[in-house]
Amino acid sequence: MESYETHEHDVLVIGAGGAGLRATVEAAVQGVSVGVVCKSLLGKAHTVMAEGGVAAAMANVDEADCWQTHFKDTMAGGKMLNNWRMAQLHAQQSPERVYELERWGALFDRTADGKILQRAFGGHTHNRLAHVGDRTGLELIRTMQDRVVQQGVPVYMECTITHLLKDGDRVSGAVGYWRDTGRFVVFKAKAIVLATGGVGKSFKVTSNSWEYTSDGIGMAFKSGAELIDMEFLQFHPTGMVWPPGVKGLLVTEAVRGEGGLLRNNKGERFMEKYDPKRMELSTRDLVARSIYTEVKEGRGSEHGGVFLDVSHLPAETVIKKLPSMYHQFKDLADVDITKGPMEVGPTTHYMMGGVRVDADTGQTTVPGLFAAGEVGGGMHGANRLGGNSLSDLLVFGKLTGEAAAQFAKKSSKLRVREEDIKAGIEEMLAPLARTSGPSPYEIHEKLQELMQSYVGIMRTEQDLKHAIEQLQTLKQEAQRVRVTGSRMYNPGWHLAYDLKTMLNTSEAIARCALQRTESRGAHTRLDHPATSPEWGKVNSTVNQDGDGMRVGTSPLPQMPEELRQLFEEPVAAAKK
Amino acid sequence: MSEVVVRVSQGTADQNEERRYQVPVTPGMVVLDAIHYIQAHFAPDLAVRWNCKAAKCGSCSAEVNGKPSLMCKSRLDDFQPGEEIVVYPLRSFPRIKDLVTNVSWNYEVNKKIVPFTPRKNAQWKMYQEDMDRVQEFRKCIECFLCQNVCHVLRNHEKYEQFGGPRFFVRLAGLEMHPLDGADRLPYVKDEAGIGYCNITKCCTEVCPESIHITDNAIIPLKERVVDRYYDPLTKLFRIFSGNNK
Ligand SMILES: Cc1cc2nc3c(=O)[nH]c(=O)nc-3n(C[C@H](O)[C@H](O)[C@H](O)COP(=O)(O)OP(=O)(O)OC[C@H]3O[C@@H](n4cnc5c(N)ncnc54)[C@H](O)[C@@H]3O)c2cc1C
Ligand code: SF4
Ligand code: SF4
Ligand code: FES
Repeated sequence: MESYETHEHDVLVIGAGGAGLRATVEAAVQGVSVGVVCKSLLGKAHTVMAEGGVAAAMANVDEADCWQTHFKDTMAGGKMLNNWRMAQLHAQQSPERVYELERWGALFDRTADGKILQRAFGGHTHNRLAHVGDRTGLELIRTMQDRVVQQGVPVYMECTITHLLKDGDRVSGAVGYWRDTGRFVVFKAKAIVLATGGVGKSFKVTSNSWEYTSDGIGMAFKSGAELIDMEFLQFHPTGMVWPPGVKGLLVTEAVRGEGGLLRNNKGERFMEKYDPKRMELSTRDLVARSIYTEVKEGRGSEHGGVFLDVSHLPAETVIKKLPSMYHQFKDLADVDITKGPMEVGPTTHYMMGGVRVDADTGQTTVPGLFAAGEVGGGMHGANRLGGNSLSDLLVFGKLTGEAAAQFAKKSSKLRVREEDIKAGIEEMLAPLARTSGPSPYEIHEKLQELMQSYVGIMRTEQDLKHAIEQLQTLKQEAQRVRVTGSRMYNPGWHLAYDLKTMLNTSEAIARCALQRTESRGAHTRLDHPATSPEWGKVNSTVNQDGDGMRVGTSPLPQMPEELRQLFEEPVAAAKK
Repeated sequence: MSEVVVRVSQGTADQNEERRYQVPVTPGMVVLDAIHYIQAHFAPDLAVRWNCKAAKCGSCSAEVNGKPSLMCKSRLDDFQPGEEIVVYPLRSFPRIKDLVTNVSWNYEVNKKIVPFTPRKNAQWKMYQEDMDRVQEFRKCIECFLCQNVCHVLRNHEKYEQFGGPRFFVRLAGLEMHPLDGADRLPYVKDEAGIGYCNITKCCTEVCPESIHITDNAIIPLKERVVDRYYDPLTKLFRIFSGNNK
């Protein structure tokens, strides 16, 4: 049989984006042995791309801000489907998490009196997003990456985890491969934190990178963890639509936060019709649907988007506050955004659903398995507010790292089973042994077309049923894929496995979308346009069922009275 | 649809060759798109690094027609009509496979740098004007293009004695951080070997983030080293005032 190397840690963190790094820092602080694994080089995770900012009620710009208002905004944005406890912890702890980054060397943009500056963003009542121009994610990831290096934590870069191992009902390790050599590696651990990010690569038009193949969701599911709210996938209203090569690339909401205006081809500020109060700074679900409607009804731009314009702002402001947008459009689309409008349209962006976690500890329904960041579900409900992801990573990265370390401390030594390792390795090797079969790229393309057309921003029963049926066919094809070349840094081989995971996750998305016969937040059913009070009482759930999946619902956790009251009375200013 | 010839250097460190592909061109297409097209249609095992496709992550560095560039930022329509596009991996680092090189040396250098260390009793107030110059350094996306072109590494292979422009950028960012209290000048001088840099500015020219590596990071660091180690008056002053920075 294939040989493999073995490493052992108390806590293994899978993922080195914001959530994984913050969890790593905290677990290491607890004095346990930690290792962190990532598919790309350190510092290249999705978090590095985050642009607009991190939401935290620090009240540096608007004194009236306080955690209660941030909590209310988050719940309202999520259409009250959020896990209230997560939303509460998030609102309460994010300011401290941001200040902490500053103490680790991060440099946020400043107010005139030397405090961290905060900008406006959709759905946030006050100016709330701490930021660094439009490269906030870079600042976050560098700061935490330096911290992890300083702690001396081993980072296993360009290593992909494919299977989780269990000892009885507990997680006890993981199998993966080195991307450069294609050799296998086994990690033994008493606790594992999944921080693997999202799912966007199943869609054709997306702001997400090759890493977003939903690995963590897939592995958690297969080891028996429950998923929730998989129908809630955020379509960011503003992605680039032209030229074709950059279609889907994100245009940060900070553009609207800084005063950008949306117009249709008649020059109308169409948000007036859909949300006259908040206009461009409405929530993402609403803005995305409005753009979709404008385009569908023939008021779109030449390339099927609408216009987003900052050219009325002073050119220096645009270049200072939105430097990467300025360059992105200038270099990739020949558009000078200080002079003319951008063309934008919805792009698949963020998974609100994911692995079910306990709010205070990040523990999944499988003992020893934890999750934080985009891979987890619950925090954002039916729709995430901009800036609430970076703060989510920090708050729940910390809590989860701490809880995982405590869990590991209490655990005795665990076993990994040789036959499980062998089965994992064999599954990985199978496509290389085949002498005929479809190419993984071909099936991936079909999957992306299918999800984009049938499980996209506007859904119907008929489309979703069609998608689920087609997914079965693709699953069968994926069982037959053939990979050529060696195991050395072979993206075709990597994709062959990722494909299986993506197909499974896509099915979970489609099935949850079919089940929820209402429209809420990011989930829009053309055949069920109304929001239903009954559906507002439940989360969707997905569980393993033999080789298939079982979709159901579970009652929403009940908010305590003192929080419920916040929604009845206006929050008193600066109650901190 | 028009087509372009793309020649890609493929293989390992020991065994490699250029392969030729015809790739259809779409408007606004970049070299990375062409590489992806080749992967999907001709060479499924073609190794390449990328993440953001928007010049934000610094993964897709390569040498395109001899010029060190980010492939996601290199537009096909910037080349002459009919010009063949030749893609090689970075040459200052050992090749793993195809366009992927082993850049781990950089991560090792980084580990030796004393991280941000706040001054005692720091008041966490900072003004934008004091931060602007440091924020420039923090724009670095670690593409290592500057490391790739610096002759001290590329031609003289001083990997043991020299940190390279990327790390002078990081060091400058730490040294000029308004609230930092650590002293890295001995490191800058002795281990990072700033003296080897003879200010050719090749690094600055290739930086996709337009960081003024030489003018704003290296030269000020060099000046600090000179002040500290070679200027007798400042040295005396420092002894009497007890100021180490
Ligand atoms: C262009 C863009 C802009 C954004 N702007 C903002 C913003 O301004 N504000 C905001 O709040 N949010 C923003 N977001 C969302 C936010 O950036 C992401 O949701 C967040 O960064 C996800 O962080 P994470 O730690 O969960 O995952 P990531 O940062 O994606 O990290 C995932 C990690 O898991 C690793 N991994 C995955 N699978 C495996 C595996 N099988 N084996 C080993 N490792 C694995 C990856 O290599 C990576 O290291 C933006 C997103 C995008 C795409
Ligand atoms: S200026 Fe100095 S660091 Fe930059 S390329 Fe020239 S020698 Fe190297
Ligand atoms: S300084 Fe510029 S060229 Fe060098 S690694 Fe950073 S971004 Fe790249
Ligand atoms: S892919 Fe991120 S810089 Fe090119």
